[in-house]
Amino acid sequence: MNSPQLAATALIAEDEPLLARALQAELVKAWPQLQIVGVVGDGVSAVAQSLALKPDVLFFDIRMPGKSGLDAAVELADEWPQDQPFPALVFVTAFDQYAVQAFETQAIDYVLKPVQHDRMCKTIAKVQETLARRPKTNANIDDATLGQLRNLLGAMQPPGPAQGALRLIQVSVGNSIRMIPIDEVVYFEAADKYVRVLTHDHEYLIRTPLKELLPQLDVQRFWQVHRGTVVRADAIDSVTRDESGKLQLALRGRKEKVLVSRLYAHLFKAM
Amino acid sequence: MKIDWTNKLQHLLQVLAFALGIATIQYGFQPERPYAPPLVYSLLISFFAWSIIDLGREFMPSARETGWPRGWHGLALVIAGTVTGYLLGTWLADQMCRAYGWYAGYPRLDRDTELRSSILVTAIAGITVSFYFYARNKSAYLERKMTEAHRHANEARLKLLETQLEPHMLFNTLANLRALIGADPQQAQHMLDHMIAYLRATLNASRAATHPLQTEFDRLRDYLELMSIRMGPRMAFELKLPPELAQHPVPALLLQPLVENSIQHGLEPKVEGGRVVVSAQRDGHDLVLEVTDTGLGPSGNADLTPAKGAGFGIAHVRERLATLYGAAARVDCAARAEGGFRVTLRFPFQA
Repeated sequence: MNSPQLAATALIAEDEPLLARALQAELVKAWPQLQIVGVVGDGVSAVAQSLALKPDVLFFDIRMPGKSGLDAAVELADEWPQDQPFPALVFVTAFDQYAVQAFETQAIDYVLKPVQHDRMCKTIAKVQETLARRPKTNANIDDATLGQLRNLLGAMQPPGPAQGALRLIQVSVGNSIRMIPIDEVVYFEAADKYVRVLTHDHEYLIRTPLKELLPQLDVQRFWQVHRGTVVRADAIDSVTRDESGKLQLALRGRKEKVLVSRLYAHLFKAM
Repeated sequence: MKIDWTNKLQHLLQVLAFALGIATIQYGFQPERPYAPPLVYSLLISFFAWSIIDLGREFMPSARETGWPRGWHGLALVIAGTVTGYLLGTWLADQMCRAYGWYAGYPRLDRDTELRSSILVTAIAGITVSFYFYARNKSAYLERKMTEAHRHANEARLKLLETQLEPHMLFNTLANLRALIGADPQQAQHMLDHMIAYLRATLNASRAATHPLQTEFDRLRDYLELMSIRMGPRMAFELKLPPELAQHPVPALLLQPLVENSIQHGLEPKVEGGRVVVSAQRDGHDLVLEVTDTGLGPSGNADLTPAKGAGFGIAHVRERLATLYGAAARVDCAARAEGGFRVTLRFPFQA
């Protein structure tokens, strides 16, 4: 069995009540010292409860209402306080070939449903190892975890259209359609169900969600820097770190600063 | 345009064999005259007629689909081809006869009789051969169409099966079952029974064409019971079938894709979940079936496009009803003002 048994706290996010209960029972059996501090049934509560309870381990179902487990994890990676260690992540999924492929790198573990005892013991051993290795202070989220989250996000994204990158953004203004050359766009920002398109002197709204827009953009020229922001790389003037340690972009042609999330901080390193 | 030259060569050889036959018959009627001239006439006329008709149809836009020009185009091509073939062939054959002196030493036949008989032979041969190719073409076309329709139907069935036996659904259901076996064996057995009925119905769906509404609603209940065990308090459902409609026949599992859409795209992704209502009622000469949910409703943009993947189910239902009832059937999809989706099917009531 798992020795030495480590005391830790955990949060379960699973939308099907029977499965949540079964996972809890399995964990109690295989890891008696683990204290389950919360069970939630959707992605939005998963983020909120994780931030409120700061558990050591997160068990996230991938397909959940409100927000997928993966999106919830990405959001947590951003919102997690700097001075606290990031929890060990375990994804739980019934079937997700993309995800399973992306898991080969193994910074984050996954369990397939129905969860089986032996597999669970292996996962627990790995989580305990991660927790034991985890530095007690400052270091917050390791690069391997961030890298894997990025890979997972990429694996879940539908492949881009074959006909190549988008050249024009078509925006409806009043009763006409404005054609905006893609080079005039400074950045895109997700806003609810819409996307704001910002050029150096204008701002437009389009209805295509960012997730659908992203695969149509040339990845060399348009960088995703945050889950809700995509910036034209040429328009980036400088990158600075603010007092709280977050990266900010100054853009040519726009006065406001744009925040870079931890997930994409790897893009900005001095040569 | 791409011409299949092997195919054309086959046609030419068939035509020439036919011409050879005609020349032989002609020779049989007049064995006292030489064999060469009728053969040359016959071969040349059929060669020219073949090249105009068989190659000509490749250039006619109305022949693109069936391989044969439609309506009077086809007839005109045959007549034009036969007449031109006759004129060109006869002219060239005349030249050859004169040049080689094939008729030297034979008494000249009556010019009129010769002309009449050769025109008659050419006309009959032209029509026969053209009709032969036309018929062959048509049957090949019909066969192709049928294979295509078959493939299309098979693809649609496979795709539907794929959405119904989606691995996510299957493994989540199995995970629930596994959890229940330990916690509540009775409930586990209950769930397994619904699962078995659901699988049996889904896998058998292609075989029975129609079944009574009662059976349809029983199958829906199996699926909805499964989902309600899985989703717990997040989901509720109601099946409203008036007893007098219970025996009315419906296409087997017609409503299944719609109810699955309501769950997969309406209730499952919604945090609070919701309710599905399936109802049947008679409205004058029509039977009206309705699937309503209080789920997420049309995704994102405000127009009426259902969530991705949901469109296939609706298209499938629409296609089935159209094949069975033609214009007498209607499928209406609407977003409900209070949230969620409503699909209404309307088709003739069978007394």
